[in-house]
Amino acid sequence: MSSPTGPAAKTERLLNLVLCLLYTRRPLPKSRIRAVVPQYGDATSDEAFDRMFERDKDELRELGIPLVTEDIGGAWDDEVGYRIDQREYALPDISFEADELAVLGLASRTWAHASLAGPAAQALRKLKAAGIERDGDSLIGIEPRLGTSEPAFEPVKNAVVGQRTISFGYRTGGEGEVMTRVVQPWGLASWHGRWYLTGFDLDRDAARVFRLSRIDGDVTEVKNAEPYAVPADHRAQEMISTTVGEQRTRDAVVRVRADRGNTLRRRATSTTDLGEWSELVVPFGDDDALADEVCGYGADVVVTSPPEVRELVVQRLRGALAAHSGGAA
Amino acid sequence: MTPPPKKARTVQETATDRLARLLTMVPWLVARQGIDLDQAAAELGITVEQLETDLRLLYLCGYGQMPDELIDAQWENGRVFVTNADTIARPLRLGRDEALTLMVGLRALASVPGLGERDAIERAMAKLEQATGASAAAAARVEVAISEGVEAGLLSDARRAVEGHRRVHLRYLVPSRDEATERDVDPMRVVNLDSRWYLEGWCHLAQDTRTFRMDRIARLDVLDEDGTPPPDAQLRDLDLGAFTPRPDDTPVTLRLQPGATWVSDYYPVDSVQTDPDGSQTVTLRTADTLWLRRLVWRLGGRGTVLAPAEVAASVREGAQEALQAYE
Repeated sequence: MSSPTGPAAKTERLLNLVLCLLYTRRPLPKSRIRAVVPQYGDATSDEAFDRMFERDKDELRELGIPLVTEDIGGAWDDEVGYRIDQREYALPDISFEADELAVLGLASRTWAHASLAGPAAQALRKLKAAGIERDGDSLIGIEPRLGTSEPAFEPVKNAVVGQRTISFGYRTGGEGEVMTRVVQPWGLASWHGRWYLTGFDLDRDAARVFRLSRIDGDVTEVKNAEPYAVPADHRAQEMISTTVGEQRTRDAVVRVRADRGNTLRRRATSTTDLGEWSELVVPFGDDDALADEVCGYGADVVVTSPPEVRELVVQRLRGALAAHSGGAA
Repeated sequence: MTPPPKKARTVQETATDRLARLLTMVPWLVARQGIDLDQAAAELGITVEQLETDLRLLYLCGYGQMPDELIDAQWENGRVFVTNADTIARPLRLGRDEALTLMVGLRALASVPGLGERDAIERAMAKLEQATGASAAAAARVEVAISEGVEAGLLSDARRAVEGHRRVHLRYLVPSRDEATERDVDPMRVVNLDSRWYLEGWCHLAQDTRTFRMDRIARLDVLDEDGTPPPDAQLRDLDLGAFTPRPDDTPVTLRLQPGATWVSDYYPVDSVQTDPDGSQTVTLRTADTLWLRRLVWRLGGRGTVLAPAEVAASVREGAQEALQAYE
């Protein structure tokens, strides 16, 4: 019995194809496959069947199913047959201990709210397929979760893993202009909650770090690009932390109302009590980040120096004031 | 009222995605003959209707079309039996992304300071590498650091308290109110969300479950008292992100200029309307309008509170007051 056409019919066709190619010991010629898989009966002509079969083969290979083509000689020399080698297809029979499954479960849940949630759950299900879970308490007490909210994550990850040269629009600085970059990807790393790409920038002829959230628009694979190797000593995280991270730190002087500005007080290297206010010396790396933090405290924190951070704070507050002063202000 | 926000995006499953799912589902069911239909659906992460549709499809498939060549699937009495499926009784090898998620996840765990399961992680990793071969090398190019932003001692104390059900005393900075508070907490879970560590538990001060950012815990003492939380204490759904609004929170309408639209990605919002110029009007709910004022000051004019009017007025007054210090 055949179901109506559509995705369900296609799944049925592909599953039948997988089953008969796995079952057979000898490679099956196309004509035989067409007879065994009933959904190929829907093909109205030889050409239609050929097209359908070619597409199906590609899609199975895309899923990682090791479909092989073998010469079956016979009446015509160039006749080929198809099959799937069971040993190549199946996950090796590995058994995991209860504590190993517990950490694997935790590793899988790391992605539970990210774009890779599906593959992560599927992977764990495969590993657990044969084993019966014990009712052990797998509580480890910690739950790491990763986010992949950047739209560029998927294509960049694929390019890093597949070692493919890509090009993309990249915004430099806060609201800077978008420039096209052509990059040989080396690594992808999450650092302080943000994803970064490391790689070799072909136009600038130098290694570079890119923040995924600054990639603007589509990431495209560069056709016919030269193959490249990732330097053996490349460590994405080290490169990111030295490039993005520890920028030179400077000291800011801020005045903070009594009992206020607690996050700043915690980081202060010196605190002078002035009665209603305290004066703090706070080391900082990023002007914008410090200005954001100070603005969040409203009238309870005032920047004394450096002047550029003071100016950023004033700009933000004026902006917020103007945005809320429409009409009856 | 609007329903609670859902970040999950429902995507139509393609024919090949479904095939991949079925090729995993069959071995799983074959090893669990007679499993309860509802339980199977729950553990497979699908609805019962979907599972039944899948089983109906399996029933039609085989390596040939003779009755003895077809897969036999039965689920009449609420128990699932899948037989005559030897051909696909083993799962397909791990795909590239599948191997990657587990390996990167394991390495992330291994980097957690003070974690005692290092041995299990290493054994699991070795077996996984053996099973995945080339994918393992590619997965090594994706790195995750979650070891930062927390002292190892604090993390292991918190974890010990969760596992041993011991109450803790916290000195905690509440930045939205800019206060240092003292409170007793029955810890329930330590989580890392996007590289930030949080301790979740039943807070005796708030008489409710609360989430504490660990970098704001100035002090944590593990007490001798039992720290079993009340039975009705509910943990938040982590998959909604770090900020879960409650139904009785204040509804807020916010206008975001293109440079500030990260706000709608970062915080759970009820609705987003994007204009052709890239600016957005979003609605969200928050119990803490002070938090919102602080956010809007930081946005420096790229975010405007449209409603409620009291909040907009207090943003304006706060900004005015803050500016006086600079004039």
